[in-house]
Amino acid sequence: MEESNKNSSKSERLEVLKTYKMYIDGKFPRTESARYYQPMVNGLSLGNVCLASRKDVRNAVVAARSAQAAWARRTAYNRAQILYRIGEMLEGRSQQFLDELVRQGVDKETAEKQVAESIDRLIYYAGWCDKYQQLFSSVNPVASSHFNFSTLEPVGVVFTVASRTCPLLGLVSLIAPVIASGNTCVVLASETCPLSAITFAEVLATSDVPGGVVNILTGRIEELTEHFSRHLDVNAIACDRLDSEVNTKIKEFAAENIKRVKTYHQDWSTDAAASPYFIQDFCEVKTTWHPIEQITESGASY
Amino acid sequence: MTRKNSKWDLSPAPEGTGHISLKEHYGVFINGEFQTPDHGNRFQSINPATGEVLAEITESSSQEVEQAVAAARAAYDGEWSKMGGRERGKYLYRLARMVQERSREFAVIESLDGGKPIRESRDVDVPLAAAHLFYYAGWADKLNYAFPNRIPRAIGVAGQVIPWNFPLLMAAWKIAPALATGNTVVLKPAETTSLTALKLAELIQEAGFPPGVVNIVTGHGDVGAAIVNHEDVDKVAFTGSTEVGKLIQKSIAGTNKRCTLELGGKAANIVFDDAAIDQAVEGIVNGIYFNQGHVCCAGSRLFVQESIHDELIEKLKHRMGTLIVGDPLDKNTDVGAINSQQQLSTIEQYIEVGKQEGAEFYQTDCDLPSDGFWCRPTLFTDVAQSNRIAQEEIFGPVLAVQTFRTVAEVIKKANNTPYGLSAGVWTDKGSKIFNMTSQMKAGVVWANTYNLFDPTSPFGGFKESGFGREGGLHGLSAYLDF
Amino acid sequence: MDQPRTPMVFKSPVIDQVGVVERAKRFTSRSIKSEAKMRGLEMVLSMIDLTTLEGMDTEGKVKQLCYKAQHLHDSIEGLPNVAAVCVYPNYVGLAKRSLAGSGIKVASVATAFPSGNSSLEIKLADVSMAVSEGADEIDMVISRGRFHRGDYNFVFDEIAAVKAACGEARLKTILETGELGTLDKVRLASDIAISAGADFIKTSTGKIQPAATMPVTLVMLEAIRDHFQKTGLMVGMKPAGGISKSKLALHYLIMVKETLGDDWLDPKWFRFGASSLANDVLMQIAKQQTGAYQAANYFAID
Repeated sequence: MEESNKNSSKSERLEVLKTYKMYIDGKFPRTESARYYQPMVNGLSLGNVCLASRKDVRNAVVAARSAQAAWARRTAYNRAQILYRIGEMLEGRSQQFLDELVRQGVDKETAEKQVAESIDRLIYYAGWCDKYQQLFSSVNPVASSHFNFSTLEPVGVVFTVASRTCPLLGLVSLIAPVIASGNTCVVLASETCPLSAITFAEVLATSDVPGGVVNILTGRIEELTEHFSRHLDVNAIACDRLDSEVNTKIKEFAAENIKRVKTYHQDWSTDAAASPYFIQDFCEVKTTWHPIEQITESGASY
Repeated sequence: MTRKNSKWDLSPAPEGTGHISLKEHYGVFINGEFQTPDHGNRFQSINPATGEVLAEITESSSQEVEQAVAAARAAYDGEWSKMGGRERGKYLYRLARMVQERSREFAVIESLDGGKPIRESRDVDVPLAAAHLFYYAGWADKLNYAFPNRIPRAIGVAGQVIPWNFPLLMAAWKIAPALATGNTVVLKPAETTSLTALKLAELIQEAGFPPGVVNIVTGHGDVGAAIVNHEDVDKVAFTGSTEVGKLIQKSIAGTNKRCTLELGGKAANIVFDDAAIDQAVEGIVNGIYFNQGHVCCAGSRLFVQESIHDELIEKLKHRMGTLIVGDPLDKNTDVGAINSQQQLSTIEQYIEVGKQEGAEFYQTDCDLPSDGFWCRPTLFTDVAQSNRIAQEEIFGPVLAVQTFRTVAEVIKKANNTPYGLSAGVWTDKGSKIFNMTSQMKAGVVWANTYNLFDPTSPFGGFKESGFGREGGLHGLSAYLDF
Repeated sequence: MDQPRTPMVFKSPVIDQVGVVERAKRFTSRSIKSEAKMRGLEMVLSMIDLTTLEGMDTEGKVKQLCYKAQHLHDSIEGLPNVAAVCVYPNYVGLAKRSLAGSGIKVASVATAFPSGNSSLEIKLADVSMAVSEGADEIDMVISRGRFHRGDYNFVFDEIAAVKAACGEARLKTILETGELGTLDKVRLASDIAISAGADFIKTSTGKIQPAATMPVTLVMLEAIRDHFQKTGLMVGMKPAGGISKSKLALHYLIMVKETLGDDWLDPKWFRFGASSLANDVLMQIAKQQTGAYQAANYFAID
């Protein structure tokens, strides 16, 4: 009796389906609009996914803005450790990412490569956190008695439109360089393959990344373009290649407050898709002048 | 060992040693294995705070050096030089993480073996060592960016000889950039402080590094000389005294070996009358009494603008009175044990010299433990540039104070030394700081701070303080051919 | 109000903020164990000014606080009393009666606490009222607006006038360091207050954040030390607000010990302006005695 009971309960055990929510300010809210969509792969639904609204964009930007100063103030070493930690956590959950990539229609071999490459890319940018500054900064030999130096500073809040076709590696490849320098970001996940982005948010939430540094929305670019591109508290936009119509619209709206817009046409699986120049793309150069007193051995010149 | 009969004394707060595993005897680490040579020559590593024997260490013979270099060469020619930078980096990241995980164990052993206060080994030595490994791990796959328009290549086998004042930290300073750039290593720790390097070897083994990438041989100066002079060593990195540095430079003169030397110092720490005086006092204390003054960049020559001399010395003596000297494992200890009997004798000789030269001598009145090697924080005022204690490196908690009147004068005096490792400047005026930093002949100039180190910041000397830099992007080139 | 700006008569030493923060942090690395901890905790208790400064203060509340001051935790024998109870002027008489015979001082805030924005006449009347009701100590606030205008002589004169009005009562001068902006200004205000006759200098009203911090307190202690070295006269110190844990309070005592010396380890010269601190100290003392960690519900709140 007992035996058969066990068996029957086992065979009848119903899988608990995961609710895919968005990631804003370190929490996992549903969209305030209560709308959803069902991405389909090979005729099968991936599940209910939030359809982000204008107000979700607003909330995410508020979260990113309020987290930005503190994130930038952290030491480069600390940011490096945190990026490394994201890599460690991703490694620990690689099987889950593999499964989800396959569910989203990626073949197994490519999926394995994508997951491994995503981990290594995080480690790669972890390494850059305390190094890019030495490459791009300078001491400038001005022709007056001044110590003059230029350093890089994060641009602020970066809206990021992640790759539509490379759901994990494309996502990681844009987030990592943006946050490495102290920016915070709001990411719009791939519309067709959003699962990896949401699961990546769960990795972020358990990796010592402060809430608000990365915010992840799911939804349709067409609905949101105007809202993020015109948002005056967004400083820059990073997007993976888009339809030229959407791209032009983004650039036009961006002009309202001189947003920096970078559009990438990378194959994210190549080595060329990772470099310190991705970090530089979302930094400002700041130059400081400071006087040098001129009292020397040869006698005072004052 | 704080001041007697005070109203509120701190109770002993010793760090526990229960979780520390030390072997009775350590072999040498060659080709990924600990080996005990047949000759059985050993020496004792003692706790300088008690005289107690901690472990026996192998006195390597030329044969172990041969084996170590051969293992390093084989590892270099084999897997390591062909491995991609990304994977090399990941080995170093592993090691960095393991050092972080075992930080308490490393800190306790460092304090037991070297005599430095646990507060320093815990808060400075070990975290900085981990940070260096972490930092250089990141460079391994980024070398092309560090040297635009050049093709960086590893050199080969690096022979590294390190001192006893920061045993683990110096091992990390040496090993991290060498491995990140694709070289293999034969390292010799100082004979009085081999233990943390050997513990690091255990982690290297655990981290799964290919055998022979790092080899650690122990022993006295002749072992170091054998490494440096081995014909299959391509690169020499030495941190230690200027005297030995000169011998090394001479002995490899006829070879194509690459070399970096980080040697002695007699740093000027300069306080102007417009400085934030209480913070300057703190910097002076940190500059000379940090690690019992066993620091090559110690601020051992204090220059005080004459108008604030008396006030500053009064404040300095007050602050010195709060320094707790004693058990290195006590969390409240500020100044630990002198590293060895030999070093204590050297310091005591210099204190005698200072007295004989007529400088005014001052020491705090704290109690000292009965066993072990100790020296109270010491101050000499009324010192002239021509005093020996103002010229020679004492490598102990002894500060020589001179006065000055003008900027021009103090720059001349500060630079009036064969050394040029570091300097300190204290003033509230930014333009004066930049005047000073541009005039000082020193590899590191600290302004309104002292004795700060960071993996991203290059460190090394001018003049007889050596050549080459460790740390930062600049620290890479010492381990690369182009 | 529109008097010409008075010349600056005080030359205070410059302060390096980074150095102060580092030094303050170093005190927190002191490890206070066993006997030293017990002795320290008792000292902390004896230095507390239990305070109620609310708009909704009532006779009942003040009486309860006074009872608590005399019966901190009757199940532990040999506990010291707190140093004082601090109330608004209109409750001084009540507090005085409630504490009669206990040796516990009554302190009163005065001078248009907490803003200090009123005329000198009214401030002096405020002080006189508290003193005539029997206040042992007066906690005044300095005129921060005038201080920021550079009217240092005004600030000095006002403190001196209040001191005169205090008569036998000891004067604590609140700098409200959270409104002063820099440590240089904290030092300057400390020097002004000390030379104008303050018996104590005090960080904060408790109404402004940040209140007491270790770096701010260190700068004030250094001002007291320098004054002592020049004149041989002792001045007391009272950090107020933000110190609610025993461990932090013990680190303050270490800072006092190492900066000023053992003579200041006395309720006559050092106070904590804190109310919730008392129960935390009691819990620690009980823990030291029984070996068991304590819970808040076993300690009376008043």
